[in-house]
Amino acid sequence: MYSPCYKWIAIQCSVSSLTSCDHGKKVMDGEKDPRNLLVAFRIVHDLISKDYSLGPFVEELFEVTSCYFPIDFTPPPNDPYGIQRDDLILSLRAVLASTPRFAEFLLPLLIEKVDSEILSAKLDSLQTLNACCSVYGQKELKDFLPSLWASIRREVFQTASERVEAEGLAALHSLTACLSCSVLRADAEDLLDSFLSNILQDCRHHLCEPDMKLVWPSAKLLQAAAGASARACEHITSTVLPLLLEQFHKHSQSNQRRTILEMILGFLKLQQKWSYEDKDERPLTRFKDQLCSLVFMALTDPSTQLQLVGIRTLTVLGSQPDLLSSGDLELAVGHLYRLSFLEEDSESCRVAALEASGTLTTLYPGAFSSHLLPKLAKELHKGKSDVAREDGLMKCSRHFCCLQALSAISTHPSIVRETLPLLLQRLCQANKGNVVTESSEVIAICQSLQQVAEKCQQDPESYWYFHETAIPCLFGLAVQASMPEKESSVLRKVLLEDEVLAALASVIGTATTHLSPELAAQSVTCIVPLFLDGNTSFLPENSFPSRFQPFQDGSSAQRRLVALLTAFVCSLPRNVEIPQLNQLMRELLEQSCCHSCPFASTAAAKCFAGLLNKQPPGQQLDEFLQLAVDTVETGLASGSSRNQAFVLLLWVTKALVLRYHPLSACLTTRLMGLLSDPELGPAAADGFSLLMSDCTDVLTRAGHADVRIMFRQRFFTDNVPALVQGFHAAPQDVKPNYLKGLSHVLNRLPKPVLLPELPTLLSLLLEALSCHDSVVQLSTLSCLQPLLLESPQIMSLHIDTLVTKFLTLSSSHSMAVRIAALQCMHALTRLPAPVLLPYKSQVIRALAKPLDDKKRLVRKEAVSARGEWFLLGSPGS
Amino acid sequence: MVGGGEGGGRVGLLENANPLIYERSGERPVTAGEEDEQVPDSIDAREIFDIHHCWELADEELNVVEQVRIQVSDPESTVAVAFTPTIPHCSMATLIGLSIKVKLLRSLPQRFKMDVHITPGTHASEHAVNKQLADKERVAAALENTHLLEVVNQCLSARS
Repeated sequence: MYSPCYKWIAIQCSVSSLTSCDHGKKVMDGEKDPRNLLVAFRIVHDLISKDYSLGPFVEELFEVTSCYFPIDFTPPPNDPYGIQRDDLILSLRAVLASTPRFAEFLLPLLIEKVDSEILSAKLDSLQTLNACCSVYGQKELKDFLPSLWASIRREVFQTASERVEAEGLAALHSLTACLSCSVLRADAEDLLDSFLSNILQDCRHHLCEPDMKLVWPSAKLLQAAAGASARACEHITSTVLPLLLEQFHKHSQSNQRRTILEMILGFLKLQQKWSYEDKDERPLTRFKDQLCSLVFMALTDPSTQLQLVGIRTLTVLGSQPDLLSSGDLELAVGHLYRLSFLEEDSESCRVAALEASGTLTTLYPGAFSSHLLPKLAKELHKGKSDVAREDGLMKCSRHFCCLQALSAISTHPSIVRETLPLLLQRLCQANKGNVVTESSEVIAICQSLQQVAEKCQQDPESYWYFHETAIPCLFGLAVQASMPEKESSVLRKVLLEDEVLAALASVIGTATTHLSPELAAQSVTCIVPLFLDGNTSFLPENSFPSRFQPFQDGSSAQRRLVALLTAFVCSLPRNVEIPQLNQLMRELLEQSCCHSCPFASTAAAKCFAGLLNKQPPGQQLDEFLQLAVDTVETGLASGSSRNQAFVLLLWVTKALVLRYHPLSACLTTRLMGLLSDPELGPAAADGFSLLMSDCTDVLTRAGHADVRIMFRQRFFTDNVPALVQGFHAAPQDVKPNYLKGLSHVLNRLPKPVLLPELPTLLSLLLEALSCHDSVVQLSTLSCLQPLLLESPQIMSLHIDTLVTKFLTLSSSHSMAVRIAALQCMHALTRLPAPVLLPYKSQVIRALAKPLDDKKRLVRKEAVSARGEWFLLGSPGS
Repeated sequence: MVGGGEGGGRVGLLENANPLIYERSGERPVTAGEEDEQVPDSIDAREIFDIHHCWELADEELNVVEQVRIQVSDPESTVAVAFTPTIPHCSMATLIGLSIKVKLLRSLPQRFKMDVHITPGTHASEHAVNKQLADKERVAAALENTHLLEVVNQCLSARS
């Protein structure tokens, strides 16, 4: 228990008398129990913070506490009090850094400890110094600044530890901040300038050293100091920037220039921390022209690396308010335009240029609208006239680049109003047959549209503009393409292909998820009647040769468009009321069993499931469920539409599993029963993957579906025992279906949840290693690997099987299986050495083969596994 | 064959208390080709470099082994690694060379012919060390020596 004397001190101190403080210190001397120390530190902290007059006892009080610095304490095993090393470190630091009066004693101590060889002492001292800076002023630091700087500099220049480097930089930052903020007496000199001059003097020549060895540590030190205050930033930048600008021109190699530009970039970024009232005060204004010409030089350099840094620097320069002139911007936009069309081998540069364009457009929409958009529009239309002239591949990739550039700059509402019509116009031309159109091109346009929609999600007004403009247009195009025509044009067919419809659906979904319920309700009253009643009045062009009746014996072309309806209604907020819901659900169910077109029936099943998931509990939900179960059972019993009924069962089950609906258990059992179905068994096994994974189009959290966070864990607990039982009871030929289903469930489960359950599944997992399905193999290996690390004792019992199976699988035809098998071989070395040693020479011989695998990723695992096996039982390991 | 074998590898490196530290290169990015089952990836200098990278980080930071000083030809099954001791009188040069050789023996397919030598002009007894490293019998005998094997294994143990 706590020594009674400390309780006594606490009481004594609260009545405050000098003698009691004195007494307290005497008692504290030589204390070793960590509990008492914590109390003592707190008392001393109270003494100081409550401002008792310590008078002549300051030094003595410092001495009794500081003798514990740096704390070196390892809690005993099974310590019932749970006092950690960090508790002691923090409470001692609170004492030491609580008053400037300790400074003259503490700072020499800190310098001594930073200079010591012990890593933890260095870290603790630098952190304590950092803490002190918040209470110290110039007066306290003055005499110690040169030594402090020397120690910090040495640590950053020479350390092998990134933590020490980081703490050193943090301490320098705080020191500089402290010097910048101290209130000075009228006659005192300002130490900040001399301190910074010292730093500059020690660092600047490294920035110019041609071999550039201490270039980075020096730059980091300077940046840490410059980041502390506007004054420090100004002081350092005004010296360093001209120097670096000069160095850039002195060095001609791209990689040296890149290092210099990266440093410049670091200093430019620091500028963003400070705002300057007056334009002329800004330190960058003087260097603007030089910086711009240097960045443009970098942007035209052949080295991709230098270009990349150039692009980042341009973005930072652009983010400085009022720095760039309109002439600079025009040049910058010109460079970005050129970089947006770079060849495939400098893909990273092109992506960076697109990102920079996006960022800069938000700041300078005018410049991009007048200098970039016209060029892009021209490029986009080129496709029409230049088809014959240019070589196909070239035009194609330029065209894709152009589409991506258009979506990249759609970051400002005014730009969206220009880019969206351009993209939609391009899509309409494709449909009208003016242009030779590949499905890949339509998909590329859709991807661009989707990116534009994503960028609009932040701004409700732009988002509604997008929805209101794009949705009728896209539905209109699709409906028109689905109309029966005499000359069935090839181009119209393109719009109805699976991938193209999926891309269109994805645009529609993205343009709907973020709508407010009111606006969504407005939109839904147009789109549902379009599908149920063929009401085309809201479409931009609505004179069609025949009616649009996707549900009432319409053509299969029209049926396929249900995929678009799915994307729309399944993305609506949950509280939006859907008109004619009852009729819609019945039509969807009917279509989901139609076996003429699997695409359309799957889309209908997904739509039904998506709506079911969001339906509030009640009579209507129960009715829909009853209808669904009846449809599934009828379908499974009939011969012709069993597949469709199975797909419907799968999606309905998923919809219910996600929201923990009680009926989900019953449907899952039905699905499990199908594992031994000779016809549907393999599909049912794969179905478990769908149940456990996250969909991208329907039943998503983003699309407001009811998805409980723990649904996977719950599914695992509820169903794995039955799966295991089913496996043991099943006839030999369908056993793999159970294993595969189980694999999918285990695979998707978070590892921490899975681990405690695995030992009970071990015999099954070992059996699964012999299964020939590579999905099962991979999933089993990834389950066994953490188990080898966590429970080596249990696994030791099966060493013979494990070694044999892993070695066999390490020559599997699937690369992923080979990698996983070798990772397991590596993990095996965690088992107790006596268990492994009998296998050592066999394993080392066998692992020589994967060292020569044709895939590098496999060889890498073989090298590390074999290396570990060599060390087993060997001296020095 | 090794002079000054007392202590571990790192003791030897401390002979030079103030070495130049180099910036660490990043992990090798995985390319699309490497993920494609069908495309064979040939063994290249970076791969050999990474084999060493994993066992002694200090080696890379001290530039004892550098990618530019690795010559490898997968079709001809040859690899040559030149290493640079931190100072010209480093007494651990032979031990470092031996560790590199052992790591290569353990990590490369048997078909490879390996040559480990000191970067020309960087060590006082360059030729003597190179001669020892090229001598198969000596290398094999050295690895029979329990004490020596212990030191080599210490060097090769993955740092945790």
